[in-house]
Amino acid sequence: MSIDKETARRAAHLARIAVAEEDLDHLATELSNILGFMEQLAEVDVDGVEPMTSVTPMRLKRRTDVVTDGNMQDKILSNAPDAREGFFAVPKVVE
Amino acid sequence: MDELNKLSITDARDMLRAKEITAVELTTACLDAVTAGDALNAYSAKTPEIAMEQAKAADARLAKGDAPAMCGIPLGIKDLFCTKGVPSQAASKILTGFKPEYESTVTTQLWNAGAVMLGKLNMDEFAMGSSNETSYYGPAVNPWRRAGADTKLTPGGSSGGSAAAVAADLCLAATGTDTGGSIRQPAAFTGITGVKPTYGRISRWGVIAFASSLDQAGPMTKNVRDAAIMLEAMSGHDPKDSTSVDLAVPNFEALLTGDIRGKKIGIPKEYHLDGMPDEIEALWAKGAQMLRDQGAEVVDVSLPHTKYALPTYYVLAPAEASSNLARYDGVRYGYRAKLKQGEGITEMYERTRAEGFGPEVKRRVMIGAYVLSAGFYDAYYRRAQRVRTLIKQDFDKVYASGVDAILTPATPSAAFGLGEMADEDPVKMYLNDVFTVTVNLAGLPGVSVPAGLDKQGLPLGLQLIGRPWEEGDMLNIAYALENAAGFVSKPAKWW
Repeated sequence: MSIDKETARRAAHLARIAVAEEDLDHLATELSNILGFMEQLAEVDVDGVEPMTSVTPMRLKRRTDVVTDGNMQDKILSNAPDAREGFFAVPKVVE
Repeated sequence: MDELNKLSITDARDMLRAKEITAVELTTACLDAVTAGDALNAYSAKTPEIAMEQAKAADARLAKGDAPAMCGIPLGIKDLFCTKGVPSQAASKILTGFKPEYESTVTTQLWNAGAVMLGKLNMDEFAMGSSNETSYYGPAVNPWRRAGADTKLTPGGSSGGSAAAVAADLCLAATGTDTGGSIRQPAAFTGITGVKPTYGRISRWGVIAFASSLDQAGPMTKNVRDAAIMLEAMSGHDPKDSTSVDLAVPNFEALLTGDIRGKKIGIPKEYHLDGMPDEIEALWAKGAQMLRDQGAEVVDVSLPHTKYALPTYYVLAPAEASSNLARYDGVRYGYRAKLKQGEGITEMYERTRAEGFGPEVKRRVMIGAYVLSAGFYDAYYRRAQRVRTLIKQDFDKVYASGVDAILTPATPSAAFGLGEMADEDPVKMYLNDVFTVTVNLAGLPGVSVPAGLDKQGLPLGLQLIGRPWEEGDMLNIAYALENAAGFVSKPAKWW
């Protein structure tokens, strides 16, 4: 299955990656090649085969539902490109 | 004694305990080698102050006789591991300036055992690549060169900086991570030993995530014994990683007896690829003969779904990556694009990610988003998960028939030149992982052992794949292979 320019635009948007209009055709070709490589999977008989969700047969461990850390606002904000008054700052979202 | 940086972990440990050398002397020798090795571009950040402080503390412990095996051993750490207060940016522009407020579990365990951090090591961006060429820092360079040529070669990837640093003695050993072959392929390209443990053996906490169901950290070392020692120090259950397994960690070094009599070694017929260099076929046959000579039984086995492993991987890994990398949004850490007048939060996300990620990462994130999107999820992602089950069942059947380990080549070629693959289809680069990727999909342990040189004088590796949780047995067979191969070559110093 090949990807057209509109599908490439959609994939880029889903991934929240800006792609210039003039680069979309090239992107579509690249993504098509990769998907073409994946097409081989269509020939495998997977009837009745369970999809793998965990490679080691184990039950995920459970822990007690308690707070184990916190009170580290400064540390959490220390790497932010823009932090003000104890918050992450972003461009205005709501008018 | 000079050139202490050339020591193995094993020899350094014994000399430290015997008070023949100090951790400070050893660390100083390594820091000097690191400085002199800039042409290899192996280190992305150097931490000499931390190293000297840790070395002094190690000497104090050694003086008290409280010295675990890794005490005083200088290491390089792949840039994928979060290290407190030290740049940790997965070789990506998007994590520019990121200094974690916490330390990964693996590195915490290593420092608690007394190891010394020399710095952070170069890699492919977010561990996506097989040649180190996707690194934002520029590629690490292989210390090996083709005979009579000065072409710069790739050290492999993604743990290419780790491989180059170990091979060039810019550290005693290094951490790596392996999602599709990222420890074993660079180890093979640089003539060192690299171990990918069973999925769940080592905590992933604090290791920047690429594809969570496939990622495992492991040691990259100068020999098999060193790998056994370092693997033990890195392993163990961690409550902070729910996929890390609560199993006792064996003393892997004690299992290296070299006695492999009666071991059954499988040779998978599907790994004979069309167009594979004769030298690699010959090395593989030689490796099988070496194991046979030591009393192992070599049998042909079949892993029928092998040819589907790469396409399965290139659905699942990008899908997981697209989820894991969603967090790089320019809000909480790292790079944020400069916005123009009137641009809002969507433009901030889209331009931050367009400017912050390199081309290969963008390709994979978009492919991942596509295969997970409505209408394609079943055809690609779900189907790939089913094929993954079949790939694992192939191995289960072989091991159920009594096979102890599987022997394969580590890579389909020796190291290639930097830039030589630049004009190729991205899929061609993916073929580097053809022998290693099945192991990640099946969650198994694998080790790459240097076994010979090709006609251009470049190292070639063989891979052993073990049974789940049997790293000890696998390493013992690797040890026997190492002894028989007698690989002692080192790259001629040009840097």
